[in-house]
Amino acid sequence: MVLKQLQRMGAATIHTIAGLGRAGLMLLGAIIGKPSFRKGAPLLLKQLYVVGVLSLLIIVVSGLFIGMVLALQGYTVLVKFGAEQMLGPLVALSLLRELGPVVTALLFAGRAGSALTAEIGLMKATEQLSSMEMMAVDPLRRIIAPRFWAGVISMPLLAIIFTAVGILGGHLVGVDWLGVDAGGYWSAMQANVDLYQDVFNGIIKSIVFAFIVMWIALHKGFDAIPTSEGISRATTETVVTASLAVLAFDFILTALMFGG
Amino acid sequence: MSTRKIEILVGLFVAIAVGAFLILALKVANTGFAGSGDTYTLYAEFENIGGLKARSPIKVGGVVVGRVAAIELDKNYYTPRVRLEISRQYDNFPETSSVVILTSGLLGEQYLGIQPGFIDETVHILKDGDMIEDTRSAMVLEELIGQFLFNRD
Repeated sequence: MVLKQLQRMGAATIHTIAGLGRAGLMLLGAIIGKPSFRKGAPLLLKQLYVVGVLSLLIIVVSGLFIGMVLALQGYTVLVKFGAEQMLGPLVALSLLRELGPVVTALLFAGRAGSALTAEIGLMKATEQLSSMEMMAVDPLRRIIAPRFWAGVISMPLLAIIFTAVGILGGHLVGVDWLGVDAGGYWSAMQANVDLYQDVFNGIIKSIVFAFIVMWIALHKGFDAIPTSEGISRATTETVVTASLAVLAFDFILTALMFGG
Repeated sequence: MSTRKIEILVGLFVAIAVGAFLILALKVANTGFAGSGDTYTLYAEFENIGGLKARSPIKVGGVVVGRVAAIELDKNYYTPRVRLEISRQYDNFPETSSVVILTSGLLGEQYLGIQPGFIDETVHILKDGDMIEDTRSAMVLEELIGQFLFNRD
């Protein structure tokens, strides 16, 4: 009985570590090596379109609404203290430091990550990956690498757009609807937001999240059991694991950047 | 979809992102005194700095001329020593100037106010690394309330 329990625990540990190892090998195989821009650029461009441009709409719309909700909620609290001038910093700092990178990463995991997992899982199920290997084309370099880099490039850009649109949305509600002074909104924001401390740290966060989300999505697809059930499970796992990993890393990064 | 169209759309995407970054950098963040810029350093010692923090603004007549670079404690006298970084643009404060820790509003954040002093032949202009002698400490609300309570009888 005890032995059986012990065996199960050991098997789970070995399984986890083997998965991590496979994920690491996949990433190494994909990103390490001589880059060939002539062959890589069109592939990367295609993926930038699929992963970045097609995610733009959901990012812009949710950024706008999150900024508007932040302004509305912040205003109702701040007005009790007569501090509605601080609405600008409230909206800008919460978007720049937290909501911009994190919500973008979560949306990105749902919008692009799940699609990538399903795509690669299906490629594996239909043995496209094996046939590529037969033709001496490395699927890691041909399939994984462009998708990975496209995600890592486009997610920070999406987070920046999200934040900017959110701040404009906050302006829309705070200034145009609730009547906070426009000059105060911007000047209090400028007095409290620092380019290095807030803007750059937010972008760094976003790059880290992009790494995590893309790595998990690609690995789950590459490692999926090549059946329809396996692909569906891999897609679910991508969204769940990537979201949890993003939130956990967000806490660590926040503690490192703003905790001290 | 043709490659050309994809290229245009990706280009547009990057352009929007660059535009958004410019909004963040220029309109949202304070690029004025964010970087090292061209500044010079002055020192001032206070008895009590209250809630002054590094990066608090330094104002002359309400205009931001610099930021507090660092606050440390003098080891011999246990008095706070504040390092001021002031823009080169404003480099002609006489040594008779005084520094005060002020509060914006009753409960707002604290900042340093410089009151420029008089100039005549014997007065030097403050240079990089100089110490401003004439300082006034922060108004600590609790101390004021304490004084008020004990002086009442």
